[in-house]
Amino acid sequence: MSSILIIVFLPLLASIVAGLGHQAFGATVAKAITTAGLFVSCALSWPIFLAYLGGDAAGQVVPVMTWVHSGEMTFDWALRVDTLTAIMLVVITSVSALVHLYSWGYMAEDPDQPRFFAYLSLFTFTMLMLVTANNLVQMFFGWEGVGLASYLLIGFWYRKPSASAAAIKAFVWNRVGDLGFMLGIFGTFLVFQTTSIPAILEAAPAMQGSTITFLSMRLDTMTILCLLLFVGAMGKSAQLGLHVWLPDAMEGPTPVSALIHAATMVTAGVFMVCRLSPMFEAAPAALTFVTFIGAATCLFAATVGTTQWDIKRVIAYSTCSQLGYMFFAAGVGAYGAAMFHLFTHAFFKALLFLGAGSVIHAMHHEQDMRYYGGLRKHIPLTFCAMLAGTLAITGVGIYWVHAGFAGFHSKDAILEAAFASGTGMGRFAFWMGAVAALLTSFYSWRLMFLTFWGKPRWAQSEHIQHAMHDAHGHHDTHGHAEHGAHNPPAQEDAGHDHAHAVPSAQQDDGTAGYHPHESPWSMLIPLVVLTVGAVFAGFVFSPFFLESETVWNGAIAYNEHLMHEMHLVPLWVKLSATIVMLIGLAVAWLAYIRDTSIPGKTAAALGPVYRFLFNKWYFDELYHAVFVKPSFALGRFFWQKGDVGGIDRFGPNGAAFVVQQGAVLARKVQSGYLTSYALIMLLGLVAVVSWVLV
Amino acid sequence: MGGFPILSLMLLVPLLGAIACLFVGERAARSIALAATVIDLVLGIVLWARYDIGGAQWQFTERADVFAGFAWALGIDGIALMLIVLSVFLMPICILASHSINKRVPEYMAAFLFMEVLMIGVFSAQDIFLFYIFFEASLIPMYLIIGIWGGDNRIYASYKFFLYTLFGSLLMLIAMLWMVNVAGTSSIPALMGYDFPADAQVWLFLAFFASFAVKMPMWPVHTWLPDAHVQAPTAGSVILAGVLLKMGGYGFIRFSLPMFPEASADLAWLIWTLSMIAVVVTSLIALVQHDMKKLIAYSSVAHMAIVTIGLFAFNVQGLEGAMMVMLGHGLVSGALFLCVGVIYDRLHTREISRYGGLATNMPRYALFFLLFTMASVGLPGTSNFVGEFLSLAGAYQVNSWVAFVGTTGIILGAAYMLFLYRRVVFGEQKNADAAAMPDLAPREWLMLAPLAAATLWMGIYPESFLAPMRSDIAILDARLARSAPESDARLAIEAVAPAEQHGGDHAPAHGIDVHGGAH
Repeated sequence: MSSILIIVFLPLLASIVAGLGHQAFGATVAKAITTAGLFVSCALSWPIFLAYLGGDAAGQVVPVMTWVHSGEMTFDWALRVDTLTAIMLVVITSVSALVHLYSWGYMAEDPDQPRFFAYLSLFTFTMLMLVTANNLVQMFFGWEGVGLASYLLIGFWYRKPSASAAAIKAFVWNRVGDLGFMLGIFGTFLVFQTTSIPAILEAAPAMQGSTITFLSMRLDTMTILCLLLFVGAMGKSAQLGLHVWLPDAMEGPTPVSALIHAATMVTAGVFMVCRLSPMFEAAPAALTFVTFIGAATCLFAATVGTTQWDIKRVIAYSTCSQLGYMFFAAGVGAYGAAMFHLFTHAFFKALLFLGAGSVIHAMHHEQDMRYYGGLRKHIPLTFCAMLAGTLAITGVGIYWVHAGFAGFHSKDAILEAAFASGTGMGRFAFWMGAVAALLTSFYSWRLMFLTFWGKPRWAQSEHIQHAMHDAHGHHDTHGHAEHGAHNPPAQEDAGHDHAHAVPSAQQDDGTAGYHPHESPWSMLIPLVVLTVGAVFAGFVFSPFFLESETVWNGAIAYNEHLMHEMHLVPLWVKLSATIVMLIGLAVAWLAYIRDTSIPGKTAAALGPVYRFLFNKWYFDELYHAVFVKPSFALGRFFWQKGDVGGIDRFGPNGAAFVVQQGAVLARKVQSGYLTSYALIMLLGLVAVVSWVLV
Repeated sequence: MGGFPILSLMLLVPLLGAIACLFVGERAARSIALAATVIDLVLGIVLWARYDIGGAQWQFTERADVFAGFAWALGIDGIALMLIVLSVFLMPICILASHSINKRVPEYMAAFLFMEVLMIGVFSAQDIFLFYIFFEASLIPMYLIIGIWGGDNRIYASYKFFLYTLFGSLLMLIAMLWMVNVAGTSSIPALMGYDFPADAQVWLFLAFFASFAVKMPMWPVHTWLPDAHVQAPTAGSVILAGVLLKMGGYGFIRFSLPMFPEASADLAWLIWTLSMIAVVVTSLIALVQHDMKKLIAYSSVAHMAIVTIGLFAFNVQGLEGAMMVMLGHGLVSGALFLCVGVIYDRLHTREISRYGGLATNMPRYALFFLLFTMASVGLPGTSNFVGEFLSLAGAYQVNSWVAFVGTTGIILGAAYMLFLYRRVVFGEQKNADAAAMPDLAPREWLMLAPLAAATLWMGIYPESFLAPMRSDIAILDARLARSAPESDARLAIEAVAPAEQHGGDHAPAHGIDVHGGAH
């Protein structure tokens, strides 16, 4: 099993060589090294995955090196492989290899390509370290490492102020989650005297029911430990409250969004909960909280997704929402279903992002869907890929023959598990999930209709105009900073058919004479491969993930009872996902194909509700007012009033002042005038005499 | 290493170098200083290599009685060893970083070499008065370095530095005299095992505290540090942040904790409170700084608070973590001041807003700066993570509030450091002069690359650094065991179903506290 060493460390090696050596051997070699490295890792990962699916491989740990030995606290570098890791290995290496390949085309005009590829491979390495961790601290290493890579890639176009702001936001918000993760590790060490994951999981059941004091509160031990760790998961997986960085992370190049902010990094939280599932099983209250957060996020993000104009932001909120499904699946105990959805989601969401990237590439970096339209005839291959992705995410399938696109299998399983769990919170999650599935279908088809159907509305796009003015296409790939400066109409009614009202458009077909081109083969091959995944991943792998305890082989807590109950839920529950999917499709068709005035009228009629959703529930504004501004204000206060006006004024400067004034006084006393000396002598004499006499 | 006085030699080499510098010209002084510091670095590596891990507690000991019990006594344990290695590692880099100094160069080099003598002396002294002499004398060269070769407001800064640090030392001297009188010895190893009466310990602890707290520096006696850093030349800042601040931490671990274990435990609340305030307050202050050096200086105060949090956790993780933070911070803050120095030498301003977009014209510099920024925010895989993680993990075992507030530092730290990095390195090149700056010169490579390598080494394989200190920390931990404060966690395992009652070592009877203390 030494192939795991190659799988994990080859991307690191490639990253270092490409990042530091590209001046010596050129950008193409740097790109080739990193891409080839990832394809090798990917090729080595699939046999491991298939071996575990066959149920004939046991979990194992490959030690690498000593890390820290401090008293009882020891943790070493080691690579753990079991079923759970094997799933993540194929997800990470496959998507990463495809994204590397895709970036050859997508980033072709960028002067900083070696840096980009080095970051991508570095990310892959840290993500692999995360999923192969055998102790909590190495998991934290990977956790923070992917955070670093995410920071670097979001801010890749560092000249753009919005990109570097988004990068900081992502890192700092992840750190908020990491505060919980770190405290969780500390607490786990306090209770179990180890950070080794297998040892903790073994000892966890015995700690059920014990109590501990945390921040002067007396709490159930396992509940508080799991909650603290879960805060880390919330940060990394952008769950409600700590989600605000994810939409902004779309400032990064689109391949990054596909790899990091859809398929892999953001699923780390789900992975963590599944990895520690025996621990969470010992903390029912924490699981209820996980279910609630997952369900709330899945609905919240879906509501926001229905109103956004930026194609990438729609998909970002969709990701946030789908992660919510995974969490509430884990929360009700269906870890297999959560991992299954993670698996299928990686394929179809990467597909959607890369497809969106292909659209953006064709549309000269225009991301606003109001300036798309009618693209299916111009970029047919991209259209087919996006269609497959949409069918997968909305869960199209036929219950009776048990066949459908990837999301059909995994999402249905989650909804059934939530219903079958029988708890109040499980039912709540089921209903939230069902409504979110309706919204998912709506916003996904809205995206498709706005982009690929209808008439072209490109004439008003500044990017397209820019492209047409610079006929030679000499386009600065860094220069998308102006986007947003032209103040696109914020209301739904302004969005749709305004191409007719464009005075500057020379053609009345709304294209402004621009002809989008299909992307190069390096971008299309990944789309084709992922399309295959989005179509078949659910159908093929469903039995392994959901039906078989032997496949998991102890890698997650397997709830036989729940798996059995899932088959016994009423028919309407089993059909609910399909029904809401059809409703969402019908509404989207009505509003964006049949009568395009409906969205505007609805938005106007809803007024404040629409604005609330459009402004993402005002989370950014709230956090800015509650955290960001007060932090700076407090910083200034502590500096000017505390350090300068308080400590220095009464401390060293005050002491200096006293000494100075004392000297002035002393100088006055030592005036040289005999009379004043006589006076002082007299006063002294009086004092002495009176002290002696009295 | 039988009788060869390698420690004395390490003191002698820079001392002779310092004297020689005073009698030669500028170029020769630079060469002498570099040679002397490199020789000391080699000696330091020999020292590290010959140090017998698991051998005697005190190694390389030398002793020559001078008068009345006062002795030239040197010797090191693993803790002192690592701090000496840090000092001799930073010194050649400082000499390289002093390239832009062109005023009174011989005196400058002499001051630095003298500084090195005193630093090694502090960490290797085994006589309490010898320690005091080195400890206090280390003020003088730094006072001169700031006062003569400093910035525009150097006089104010140097006086503030001197007054602050002198304030505590008188109390410490009085305490030392009393201790030697009572214990009948001035030997530090002997005093470390002497049990002073508990009521006297409090006063002794406070007297030492006055000195070490200023040196660390702890909130609220930290305000000398930002001024000193801002005015000091680059190399002065490196030594100040890299080594001088560590003398405070060394003082706590060498004197306060082993000599006054009961008082340390009784007054732990004071240290905890001040440290918690420092983490939050100075991090917030760092967030609003316009001056690069001031920002890093304030971040140093926050990092040093993690050291005190770790030290006063009274367990192995806390103590080892504190030492690792000291070593890691010595490297990283030194490196950050060098990074500031690199661009200060080019543009002669520390104003953050005068820079921007350096990633475009100085990509290699941007990479080094990124590495040290990430190390400063404690990214796993870098030196500071190991220390911060262990310190806070240690603190959690004693008091979850301390660990919680201390850990918020990872959020605030990320905020102010990344905000700094963004303003300096990212963005458009809005200032033409900043955009014209050339990338790193070979001399600057030579300064930053070893620091980068050490930062990663310490983060990926800290065992090299932890191993020499392990037995010494264990001895200290054992000495503290009798007074260590009780954990606030009070883990209580309820009676569970008999089938599940197999929780390894700790599944005791109903309702009994497990891990009652930190041990």
